[in-house]
Amino acid sequence: MTDRLREVQLSRRSLLASTAALLVAGATSARARTLSGAMPWEKGTASPPVPVRPGPWQFFTADEAAAVEAIVDRLIPADDLGPGGKDAGCAVYLDRQLAGPYGRSEGLYMRPPFMNGTPGQGYQGADAPATRYRKGLAAIADYVKANFGGKVFRDLSPAEQDKVLTDIEKGTAKLKDVNGVSFFSLLLQTTQEGFFADPIYGGNRDMAGWKLVGFPGARYDFRDWVERYNEKYPLPPVSIMGRADWTVKD
Amino acid sequence: MARKLPRKDVVVVGLGWTGSILSYELAKQGLDVVAIERGPWRDTASDFPPGYGQDELRYGVRLDMFLRPEQETLTVRNKMSETALPVRKFAGFLPGNGVGGAGLHWNGQTWRFLPSDFNLRTHITERYGASKIPEDMTIQDWPVTYDELEPYYDRFEKLAGISGKAGNLNGKIQPGGNPFEGWRSSEYPTPPLKQNYGSALFAEAAKKMGYAPFPRPSGNISEGYTNPLGVTMGQCTYCGFCERFGCGNYSKSSPQVCVLPALMRLPNFAVQTESEVTRINLDNTGKKATGVTYVDTSGEEWEQPADLVLVCAFSLFNVRLLLLSGIGAPYDPQSGKGVVGRNYAYQTTSGVSVILKDKVLNNFIATGSGGMMIDEFNGDNFDHKDLDFIGGGYIGSGQTGARPITTRPVPKGTPRWGSQWKKATAETYNRAYNIGTHGSSYSYRDCYLDLDPTYKDRLGRPLMRMTFDFHDNEIKMSQFLTDKTAEIMKTLDPVELTASPRKGPWNSTIYQTTHNTGGTVMGNDPKDSVVNRYCQSWDVSNVFVPGGASVFPQNAGYNPTGTVGALAYWTADAIKNRYLKNPGPLV
Ligand SMILES: Cc1cc2nc3c(=O)[nH]c(=O)nc-3n(C[C@H](O)[C@H](O)[C@H](O)COP(=O)(O)OP(=O)(O)OC[C@H]3O[C@@H](n4cnc5c(N)ncnc54)[C@H](O)[C@@H]3O)c2cc1C
Ligand code: SF4
Repeated sequence: MTDRLREVQLSRRSLLASTAALLVAGATSARARTLSGAMPWEKGTASPPVPVRPGPWQFFTADEAAAVEAIVDRLIPADDLGPGGKDAGCAVYLDRQLAGPYGRSEGLYMRPPFMNGTPGQGYQGADAPATRYRKGLAAIADYVKANFGGKVFRDLSPAEQDKVLTDIEKGTAKLKDVNGVSFFSLLLQTTQEGFFADPIYGGNRDMAGWKLVGFPGARYDFRDWVERYNEKYPLPPVSIMGRADWTVKD
Repeated sequence: MARKLPRKDVVVVGLGWTGSILSYELAKQGLDVVAIERGPWRDTASDFPPGYGQDELRYGVRLDMFLRPEQETLTVRNKMSETALPVRKFAGFLPGNGVGGAGLHWNGQTWRFLPSDFNLRTHITERYGASKIPEDMTIQDWPVTYDELEPYYDRFEKLAGISGKAGNLNGKIQPGGNPFEGWRSSEYPTPPLKQNYGSALFAEAAKKMGYAPFPRPSGNISEGYTNPLGVTMGQCTYCGFCERFGCGNYSKSSPQVCVLPALMRLPNFAVQTESEVTRINLDNTGKKATGVTYVDTSGEEWEQPADLVLVCAFSLFNVRLLLLSGIGAPYDPQSGKGVVGRNYAYQTTSGVSVILKDKVLNNFIATGSGGMMIDEFNGDNFDHKDLDFIGGGYIGSGQTGARPITTRPVPKGTPRWGSQWKKATAETYNRAYNIGTHGSSYSYRDCYLDLDPTYKDRLGRPLMRMTFDFHDNEIKMSQFLTDKTAEIMKTLDPVELTASPRKGPWNSTIYQTTHNTGGTVMGNDPKDSVVNRYCQSWDVSNVFVPGGASVFPQNAGYNPTGTVGALAYWTADAIKNRYLKNPGPLV
């Protein structure tokens, strides 16, 4: 350490940090530090991911959750290839994401003025994903109620559900105060994200998404396999949390 | 009021690739060096150990290690007549943040530019006549030559342990390497990586067409290696979580792995993390910098006096810092006068995706910079006489992993969801891949960086504004390269082939590359450059911009960091051997 080391007034408030706070809010508060003399290693500088725990909905209301479970099951239907979006945990994934920093657009530039831009300028709205979901789901509920004799989405037949979703995707179903096309894209993108993200985030349960495509997950050493051309990689996927077969003996 | 700290010999703004190289070189000389870094400390052992480093959502999608736009972003527009709007979420390019900078989560594709890239305007004029260069194109010669930079390329490659196969050793063409590359004084420090199936198939196809495929020079290391600073790197395991991720195996060349362990041991070096430099301070003559001001995470301001200020903040932020500090005249596209922000350029990439019959590609077995490439159509390696563009790029199979949130190819016409989507996703995932082209982006009068009139950052300072679009020359070049790629891939008899040449307008929401260049261009004349041939500011001689891609007068058809690293060493030598002996303008 040099004698020029100075005491910095430490602050828990972190404006500048780009750390795992994005996902693990509050787990680490980065702060200004002077480092010198050696590679520092300190307990707690890294922030391991925090697994999603089963339990009550954190963001969705009961009605919203029921609608979302029905929607993700149409976007990714259960069939002979494997479970659908609901059983794969996509709704749980969405719930926890929307309740967390992602839902609040934490870390993004959210200063006004908000103006409509060109497609190349990206999303310019003032609403974060949580608000977009809240408004979007309400608008879908209104639309279904008005067009299907007062019903809610989950009570429609699968064919009717597909029709509603297709019409929103194409923009032929007009949602009140919500851009349906763009909301549908968000819905689809985040649902598929949940189907293929590590199970630690609540979706991709039992690695259903990875098994579907044959992705081995969080493995990291393929040196023996690089040059085995045209041969299917034989090992099953593994998650950041490991997998039951590794830790449980029948 | 900023609290004043004790004076240092050197203050380095940003501790990425260039900052850590310069810090090491100057601290090793005995100078008292402090680096000030906007983001947090990051290290292999604590931040991305294998085990949870392979998290696509966290790092690849939510961009955990990148700059958060809340802290700093910029506004973008395609044309001067449009209103620029803020990049609210980074996507098109992804600036780094934190110790290691973008050098932490880059891919490691480490190229040298062609000798003719350095005297571009002269070369094109001599070969085709001045009229070959479009009127509004503002390309210019570099103030350094390939021959001058060669030893510095060599030094950077040895620092980073780059794996590859030489194609031109001291003028002698070598089998298996890139026959078009400039001469090299030595072989690559480590042998080439192994190639996965897709890359092997591409190489076979390219060879059949008469091209000379070679392994891409790579900062993912093929075997254990100890660099000249005594730091040891491990063998790449082809984990496929490379770009956007940190490497838990100490296998990806980065400041963390290649420089910091040696740098941090030097007693006369310190890094101040989580502290953003807001301004370079000038004395009352405006000709001399007195140090920098920075703000830390608690919002407190500090003044760090220093004799020498090195701006190593990544190309875009180098430009913004000079604009905000009033160093050099800002560029005015109307009159063509002024220099800071001038000649902003990018990279013109495109791709050809194929779905093959009955193939098992295992694309998740990959490295950030592996792959087989051809260079027949880069720079001026091919005759442009009968073509209506200049420039070019390399073509190759660079599979960086098939992480499934972002990589799920399906045949054309597949619905975006539902059972059919699911079936197609399952069937295609392991049979499809993408061959890329990586092309030049030349500079134009109306592509530039300046300060935004409307949007401000959290400290109330104007954001930087980017005005950029692809021009006809680049679009034609991209069409040409993409057609050549499609020709090669057709020989594999794919079930489906989709060629996607780059088309305008440039879009900030689709990731292309973080190869933002220009804005503090280097040159021989202060009228068209911000820094001289030693990356020293023409206006303030104790300010250097050592090696950031902001000094490129235009961008070549290669990834920039090999050249960034070479220029960092070139500047370090100029400071050590010339400036320190006689501080003042070097030219
Ligand atoms: C996803 C990705 C993939 C890439 N892949 C490749 C590749 O394969 N090949 C290749 O050649 N290049 C690649 N690049 C580009 C490469 O990373 C850069 O060229 C290289 O890192 C530039 O080095 P630098 O020192 O100029 O900037 P950086 O390495 O980015 O370092 C700049 C540092 O300065 C800090 N900083 C900025 N402003 C301030 C301030 N005001 N105060 C204090 N600190 C500040 C930043 O936080 C950062 O740590 C890639 C980049 C990205 C993001
Ligand atoms: S592919 Fe190789 S270099 Fe890249 S992260 Fe994995 S082990 Fe490291």
